[in-house]
Amino acid sequence: MLDNISLSIPQGAFIGLVGPSGCGKTTLARCLNGLIPHFHPGELEGTVIVQGLNSQDHHAHELAQKVGLVFQNPENQLVAPTVERELAFGPENLGVPRDEIRQRVETLLHQHHLEELRDKAPYELSGGEQQRVAIAAVLALQPEILVLDEPTANLDPLSAFEILQLIAYLNQEMQLTVLLIEHRLELVLPHIQELVVLNKGQLVARGPPREVFHNPIVAEIGVAVPGMIQLLKQVDNPRIRSTTPLSVEDAVNTILKEVRS
Amino acid sequence: MFEYESGHPVLRGLNVELEPGQVVGLMGENGAGKTTLVKQINGLLKPTTGAVYVDGVDTRETSTAQLAKKVGFVFQNADHQLFADSLHAEVAFALRNLDFSKEEIDDRVARYLELFELTRYKDQSPFLLSGGERKRLALASVLCVEPKILILDEPTQAQDALQKEKLLKFMDSFRDPEHILVLVTHDVEFAIKAVDRLLVLSQGQLIADGSPHQILSNPRILDRARLLPPQLTQFAHKLAEQFPEFPLNVATVSEAVEAVNQLIRSQR
Repeated sequence: MLDNISLSIPQGAFIGLVGPSGCGKTTLARCLNGLIPHFHPGELEGTVIVQGLNSQDHHAHELAQKVGLVFQNPENQLVAPTVERELAFGPENLGVPRDEIRQRVETLLHQHHLEELRDKAPYELSGGEQQRVAIAAVLALQPEILVLDEPTANLDPLSAFEILQLIAYLNQEMQLTVLLIEHRLELVLPHIQELVVLNKGQLVARGPPREVFHNPIVAEIGVAVPGMIQLLKQVDNPRIRSTTPLSVEDAVNTILKEVRS
Repeated sequence: MFEYESGHPVLRGLNVELEPGQVVGLMGENGAGKTTLVKQINGLLKPTTGAVYVDGVDTRETSTAQLAKKVGFVFQNADHQLFADSLHAEVAFALRNLDFSKEEIDDRVARYLELFELTRYKDQSPFLLSGGERKRLALASVLCVEPKILILDEPTQAQDALQKEKLLKFMDSFRDPEHILVLVTHDVEFAIKAVDRLLVLSQGQLIADGSPHQILSNPRILDRARLLPPQLTQFAHKLAEQFPEFPLNVATVSEAVEAVNQLIRSQR
């Protein structure tokens, strides 16, 4: 599934992980919090080191305090009868003292605007609310790294946008290191420092989004090049063509500047 | 109207007719009732009051098995649908149940696995496939029956750009006087390219029915159904604020390129 991958992620970075369907994105994500090799059996060669811990030598419950993993479908992640209990579930399992758990839960309910949902069952919530609860529940273990595997796939566009804004906030304001697998990349592109591109289990490109989308291999292997970038690349004007807009505003401003000059 | 046993009505006051030859999009916020509505078409659910007719037949007077020959349904979550030991067995399952000949079954299984680029895995377990591949397998196993009405619930989820492009081509091939295709999606960028007509549900009611261009640039509808306009639509509207002649109904990148080229020429 994965072959010859050498990747180091600096603390505090916001990394987008992209690649065609079946290229190994989920497999790589599962290596980071020890689900591979401890939960999903298989053959693992090489080493994965997370904040100095070798994932083969440390159990998933230890790594879970370093790396929080958020899945595509929040229904697969939520287990408790209420939102409040859900947030307490992780720390309870790690034997965190009662008062400390209570404090963490209150802080998270407040920070994530979940106070009104406190006593609701996760299945009573909308998809966007469920995903917010899933993210908050992962943060209850106070990880420094957050790995999200297509967290917006089941969400309506506005909920998806809100979740991606929340992730950008966690990176910028809470200093979490973020690795995000996401097909709607255009919604967070301005916040991402680096894109990592996988194809057939191998790392084929890596760098700031502008550089990576310049590389023809990205489109060849089937990664969705954001519409704004595709658009400006085909315009009959070399100055516009040489730009790589990361947002709609970027693209519009480039054209306005050119037309008015 | 339809309500689940436990709760309040999910769908209310809906009156919609779908015509063959159309690719119809269905959008709306999480919980709007999209999946509940399409399950009325294949008879998995039947209306509490009112009626649903499929090809002239009242769904309350026929069985889900009979409807399955006419209506193909591809679930949002492929794992709710896949169960066989191999890809070959998965695709063959419905065909066997409908008493196709062995020859016909083998031929169709081969064709549909090939169409979705799954031939090389044909003897593997479906559960060894990636998320995107499982989705394509679910499609193949429904399409092989060659239904007249096809319902795709979120088919672009977990699909990369090349697969979406292929799905779009496939959907185009379904646009003929014999077929109806219903696409349930949150993917505005895909919907605007794929559908002829867009229905928008919000809280169980139909709040819009019309051209995807008009609907996906109407802020009131977008807001109620928690949709965002496609980036090309946002782009066109922003440029049109400065240059009123800039066309608002650009659906594809090449249309937008043409419009930008024209703008640049006209400003010289």
